[in-house]
Amino acid sequence: MSRDRTPLVLGAILAAIIVAGLFLPPWLLFILTIGIARGLVALGLMLLLRAGLVSFGQALYYCIGAYTAGALGIRLGVSDLLLLMLAGAAVAALTAWVLGFLLARYRGIFFGLLSLALSMILYGLIVKNEALGSTDGLNVLRSTLFGVRPSEGWLRYVVVVTATAAAVIAALLVHRYLSTPLGRLAPAIKDNEIRVEYMGASARHAIHVKYVIAAALAGLGGALAATTVGHIDPEMAYWTTSGEFIFITILAGTGNVIAPFLGAMIFGAIHTVAYDLSPNTWQMSLGAALLALIVFLPDGVWSLFTRRKAA
Amino acid sequence: MSQILPVIADGIIYSAWLFIAAIGLTLIYGVMKIVNVTHGSFYALGAYAGASFTGAWIARGYPPLLSYAVLLGAAVLITLIFAPLIERGILRFMYAKDEVVILLITYALFLVLEDTIKLIWGVNPYFVAEPYALLGSFNIGGLPYPTYNLILVGLALVSGGGLAWLLRSTRVGKLLLVVIHDPEVSRAMGINVGRYYLVTFTFGSMLAAIGGSFTAPTVSVVPGLGVEVIVLSFAVVVIGGLGSLPGAALGAVIVGLVRSISVHYAPHVELFVIYFVMALVLAFRPRGLFSLAEPRKI
Amino acid sequence: MGTILDARGLHKSFGAVTAASDINVAIQQDSVVGLIGTNGAGKTTFINMITGYLVPDRGHIHYEGRDITGLAPRDITRLGICRSFQIPQLYASLTAFENMMVGIGVVLRNAGLGGFLSRGRPLVPGHDLPAEDAAERILDRFGLAQYRDKNAQVLPGGVRKLLDIALTMVAKPKILLLDEPTSGVSAEEKFAIMEMIMKAVRAEGATVLFVEHDMEVVSRFAERVLAFYDGRIIADAPPDVALNDPEVKRFVVGGELHRIDEVQAKRHA
Repeated sequence: MSRDRTPLVLGAILAAIIVAGLFLPPWLLFILTIGIARGLVALGLMLLLRAGLVSFGQALYYCIGAYTAGALGIRLGVSDLLLLMLAGAAVAALTAWVLGFLLARYRGIFFGLLSLALSMILYGLIVKNEALGSTDGLNVLRSTLFGVRPSEGWLRYVVVVTATAAAVIAALLVHRYLSTPLGRLAPAIKDNEIRVEYMGASARHAIHVKYVIAAALAGLGGALAATTVGHIDPEMAYWTTSGEFIFITILAGTGNVIAPFLGAMIFGAIHTVAYDLSPNTWQMSLGAALLALIVFLPDGVWSLFTRRKAA
Repeated sequence: MSQILPVIADGIIYSAWLFIAAIGLTLIYGVMKIVNVTHGSFYALGAYAGASFTGAWIARGYPPLLSYAVLLGAAVLITLIFAPLIERGILRFMYAKDEVVILLITYALFLVLEDTIKLIWGVNPYFVAEPYALLGSFNIGGLPYPTYNLILVGLALVSGGGLAWLLRSTRVGKLLLVVIHDPEVSRAMGINVGRYYLVTFTFGSMLAAIGGSFTAPTVSVVPGLGVEVIVLSFAVVVIGGLGSLPGAALGAVIVGLVRSISVHYAPHVELFVIYFVMALVLAFRPRGLFSLAEPRKI
Repeated sequence: MGTILDARGLHKSFGAVTAASDINVAIQQDSVVGLIGTNGAGKTTFINMITGYLVPDRGHIHYEGRDITGLAPRDITRLGICRSFQIPQLYASLTAFENMMVGIGVVLRNAGLGGFLSRGRPLVPGHDLPAEDAAERILDRFGLAQYRDKNAQVLPGGVRKLLDIALTMVAKPKILLLDEPTSGVSAEEKFAIMEMIMKAVRAEGATVLFVEHDMEVVSRFAERVLAFYDGRIIADAPPDVALNDPEVKRFVVGGELHRIDEVQAKRHA
């Protein structure tokens, strides 16, 4: 059994960002931060995918996280980055806990499309609601950290380091979770749920827990994205946003907690180039790439680093 | 009494639209056991084709009464171009994969088609209201209803009845029922299952396209038209039971009436209510109201 | 030896088909009971009702004095009744070892051990070993050590059966229900496999009920035989009595029984 190197790698990444971030241009730091936000959502999706579930509506929690951050800022003047992220995660988790009672009963396509429906309901609610900014969205306060407002020059750096630290901690927690009995249950649920029940475990409960964790991660990412971009809008709950998260998760593979972040960075790079080149063919490129991935690289890019023993 | 009449009338019209939108989805699921996300794309393709062809037809001064035939023809044509391409070109190779993977594949195809539509027709809205306005209106409970809506109701009845007749009374239909029950056994009996899949996919998608095409005169045709349809059709089909024709009808009626009631009395919870009803049905009948029998697993 | 499992007046029908009709049976602790009957006679339905997969239309099931009728399979497993399956239910994409680890993990979790906040390597209740060692030991007992790192889906039929049964042992059941443990296994191997299973199982002190179609296996390993026909129990006696019962012969066994070692002796003579 090889030693678990994941915590080491995660620590190295954090150190690298802290150091390299001092020298990188702000626009790159911005892209990195957005990548981390997306990576967090994809990390949650990965958790569900391991159990054989694809959520087509993860944008629901991404949006909830974002709007929580926005609302706290506008209504209560809260601008502390960590606080907003935690609040976003908490509200998302609570929502998922409630919705999970319904969703955790379903599998496969039912689960996927029900989750899509829920996210589209949120979209519809925000669009019709003037107080939430409707289709124009709302602007979000500039971030502070522990009461200190970083100056313009330092803002991006502070945000990216905070985001990386939060992501590393989240990844470590998920990594640990995956080695617990509940975490190990995921591939079993995917393969043979009847057997899981007969072993004395509740698949529904396990999925409910994973669903809540995934939502919390998505909420964390959403709040981060909201404060980084400085703007929130209902597009964040739209099915296209969910589609991008799914793409990242499939691109990354489920091999390791680092994979979703790698996938998010690759996606960010592709998005920056392709979307600017031709926004009207972006969905098409995404769809074609997804198709290619499913056919040629079904276990994601992470599978290029590991080789799974088949027999 | 006269207060209820508009609610019921609206409900029936909306149910008809829902039924046409959903019937293709449930047919494809019933036969091929796949949830076809491109269903929404074909709806949109039908809407765009219908709007653009009919718009051109009317602009050229051709008889406006024939525009209905144009709507139909456009939907059929656009389906015949795209559906076999998708089924033979891509889906055919994927049937052995896991159902969620196939769902992702149809989702990927949906993404491709969304932009394909933008490339062909651009992003500006199409508004072709002539066929809608042409037939005038009639009164129910003092409120005017465009007569055009009766076409939707008629279409729903024809397609539902026609499909039911096809399945029950024709040789092709009976063989299709065999394929629905067991593709493996069907193959072993010499039935060309691949051809049935092609025909089903094309026909199911065509129904979606026709739905889109005949809806086009009543709305502004814009990108993103297909997504709401997927989400709503799914609700209808799930309530009725995936793969069930009578289920789709019942689901459409239920959703249509519920929506109509909410629009009249509590408009802001419209979408909520539909999904709430779906959740309610699923809580008691997890596989929908009319579900296909489940084989014993252990 | 007391009664550990007591089924009273069990009745189950699926529409027009009556799968179980007035089933009354008391199982003694530590006994080995063989369930025989043609396909569709109600043996698996009986097992499905005991293990919670089906809820009886009428009747009750008591386990150690407690009414377990209608409980979910996972609750019944936790109480100490485990079953194996006619068609082995494994985690296809996981290795044999990983299959066992999932089961062990569940046992740990049900005992409140090995969770997110735990430290070190807790001992698995009932096995008194850390998780990995407990898993290896069960694999050893069933002769599966060599398949440890092979994916379940590539294992040969008889091995899959053994793994399926090995998985049931993880939770240290007090009652073990084996659904056709030797089906799909070649005639020569049946006895050997059954020996191995029984040795491993009885070492844990479990009460065993097994469904079998091979009467040789039944007469060799069962202390008591329940013969099912058309949803009823038509005989309840030790094997030599039950297997010679005229009704059982007519509806279950067929004609005569030959001992396999006699047949083999004749062949080589």
